[in-house]
Amino acid sequence: MRKLHVTAELNGEAVEFLCEPRQTLLEVLRDVLDHTGTKEGCATGDCGACSVLLDDRVVCSCLVLAPEVEGRKLQTVEGLADGDHLHPLQRKFLEHAALQCGICTPGFLVAAKALLDRNPDPSEAEVRYHLAGNLCRCTGYDKIVRAVLDAAAEMRG
Amino acid sequence: MRELRYTAPASLAEAVSLLSDAGQDPRILAGGTDLLIQLRAGVRDAGHLVDVKRIPELNVLEASPEDGLRVGAAVPCASLVEHAAAGELYPGLVEAAALIGSTQIQSRATLAGNLCNGSPAADTTPALLALDATCVTAGPGGSRTRHVSELLVGPGRTSLEPREILVEIRVAAPAKGAADAYQRLIPRGEMDIAVVGVGAVLQIADGRVASARIALGAVGPTALLAEEAAASLVGKAPDEAALERAGALATSAARPISDKRGSAEYRRDVVSVLTRRVLASAIERARRRA
Ligand code: FES
Ligand code: FES
Repeated sequence: MRKLHVTAELNGEAVEFLCEPRQTLLEVLRDVLDHTGTKEGCATGDCGACSVLLDDRVVCSCLVLAPEVEGRKLQTVEGLADGDHLHPLQRKFLEHAALQCGICTPGFLVAAKALLDRNPDPSEAEVRYHLAGNLCRCTGYDKIVRAVLDAAAEMRG
Repeated sequence: MRELRYTAPASLAEAVSLLSDAGQDPRILAGGTDLLIQLRAGVRDAGHLVDVKRIPELNVLEASPEDGLRVGAAVPCASLVEHAAAGELYPGLVEAAALIGSTQIQSRATLAGNLCNGSPAADTTPALLALDATCVTAGPGGSRTRHVSELLVGPGRTSLEPREILVEIRVAAPAKGAADAYQRLIPRGEMDIAVVGVGAVLQIADGRVASARIALGAVGPTALLAEEAAASLVGKAPDEAALERAGALATSAARPISDKRGSAEYRRDVVSVLTRRVLASAIERARRRA
């Protein structure tokens, strides 16, 4: 099968890869670019585990074809921390014990970052609505919501 | 699995010509939130995906009280929801767009895709139908404009020709004292498909209803207009009794089926309640504008 050549920006760095037209961004991130932080839960756009930022908007990478990202900017959970310094969201998730098995966590972190980038002071209801597309089978959500609100407060300073 | 071709034309002319090669079984890819799932599930097939998101004409987003609204077919719902002027002028359409799927889905899903996918339960379609929106298309024969109502044919189908591309959706500037609203019933707060959806546009002048349009979703093979219900309001004061009557009349326009989301009988009941609520919301907005 003829492969397509794609160049994009991933977490601030230029990347290029070959893909089949049918391959999703999620498959390429994990299997070609070795960025396995992004998880697959459902592969149908329902769970949010595969959330990444595409040109600063949060999307399900299982619903994006890899060739669609030609020339676009991508951010994944791997781009959140600054070296050994965790992003405030990551730190607050640990402090609030907002994860158990952790499979949903990268998606929540990326989706929460998209929210705080746009709205540094969200209400609890706004956080809950914004994260409605991220499913967690372990935590019961409350700790996640608290972690996001706490991170937002810290980031506002 | 057969070979799939992917192209992302940068111009409308190129897209039309790519779609003209019927042998390739081409399909338009916009947000992909329905199409990619349908392809994977084998519900729809394609040999060639023509990604229209890089075509400038399909990325137009403008809203003004003079010229109304233009939404390019590749504009994601998130951009519409964030557009301040669009939200002010067409709060009903924007609340419908904000109800589609999750934040992630709204980053990709488009009004045009919601319309062309042809789901009877699409949220933005009743909102557009109530607003009497028009669709500008491009095809081998040139540009055409038709009303949303003319596009709706049946579940999963529209009147678009195989080589015709929806370019943009247009809505006229709101008439003086007019406002729109959309609400749906789902069994929970978020992330579900409408059991019933109702969109309405109401114009108030001198304390009476000057004009009205009511559109129902998820209670027929396509979104449909409740014309009798709308006509019953015209010339009347928009009071409780008028709304009650309109709700009851809307019920008789509905042609629901029973499925896992609700029985036909339940849906008819919901049509009446939701119609009243949506009208009340549109009236309140129209009064603020009048
Ligand atoms: S894996 Fe993409 S939404 Fe579940
Ligand atoms: S921590 Fe296990 S699914 Fe969320």
